[in-house]
Amino acid sequence: MSPEEICSALQETFGAAITEAALEGAHPHAVVRADKWPEVARFLRDDPAMGFDLLRCISSVDLQDESKLACVYDLLALSSVSATETMSARHQFAVRVCTERDDPHIPTVADVWPAADWHEREAYDMMGIVFDNHPDLRRILCPDDWEGYPLRKDYVFPVSYHGIPGTTEHELTNPRH
Amino acid sequence: MSWIENRFEEGLMLTTVDWALNWARTYSIWPLTFGLACCAIEMMATGMSRWDLDRFGAGAYRATPRQADLMIVAGTVTYKMASRLKRLYNQMGEPKYVMAMGACTVGGGPYFKHGYHVVKGVDLIVPVDVYVPGCPPRPESLLEGLMRLQDIIGHASRAKDPVVDANRRLLST
Repeated sequence: MSPEEICSALQETFGAAITEAALEGAHPHAVVRADKWPEVARFLRDDPAMGFDLLRCISSVDLQDESKLACVYDLLALSSVSATETMSARHQFAVRVCTERDDPHIPTVADVWPAADWHEREAYDMMGIVFDNHPDLRRILCPDDWEGYPLRKDYVFPVSYHGIPGTTEHELTNPRH
Repeated sequence: MSWIENRFEEGLMLTTVDWALNWARTYSIWPLTFGLACCAIEMMATGMSRWDLDRFGAGAYRATPRQADLMIVAGTVTYKMASRLKRLYNQMGEPKYVMAMGACTVGGGPYFKHGYHVVKGVDLIVPVDVYVPGCPPRPESLLEGLMRLQDIIGHASRAKDPVVDANRRLLST
């Protein structure tokens, strides 16, 4: 299926839950409302026409200007439609879920795709997005007592950690990229 | 020592305690099996047949800090790793030596400015004897660093500078 077909099928089934269809460009995706996302995810996995059985990546995005955080879920359908097409990707699609920057909450899809478990922990660790109903939402890369979320654009670098001096110059606590 | 030499039967060798101990220690530096990042790949290459670290008596990588004399900190040290690294260092028996291998351990390296999680030099955690710069250093550099360490060990004197050991203990607490 083409991205247009996938997107129109989603809009047909879920209506207003699909707030936007960004089909132009190299990365066609649909924007899904956060509260409907687990439902949409189950449909994308279980519907025979969709069959997205592989969650390739979760990318978290800091939309500082819009005061929002977003997660982009890259999906791939690997299961073949016929016996001759074994292990060739049927189609791919992406879904973007936005949430408020001040109080970021997105329902988990770890029960839909087990791969989401650690990806969501990383998004929580780096960007501070809280995934509701996640089985084990802890930091995955940083130490448990780490302060702040390092990949947010307004992150302030630590001056020291457990007595080890961190940045050596003051202006380096908030370097511009 | 000429006043005492050749006064006993043949086969007896006279030397100082320092010389004998330093000689033994210099050529039996057992490093700790401890690699953190890409520098560890170069360290492994140094231990293999082409460069053969064992020519200098430093090829017996030990799997426990309690049997190791040298900690080659090969790779990026993060804040999360810092406490573990210090524990490993504290578990090593005296005399112990630390070699900072690569730009990251020398002073933060490429992560100096934008690495929020990187310790800006391993000498902020443990005392370092030899710095080996490079990103990563070639095996030849590591061998050179090892020989500089052998110089340090070979010139140590238990009578003249017991302070060195005391300082070490102070830093490692």
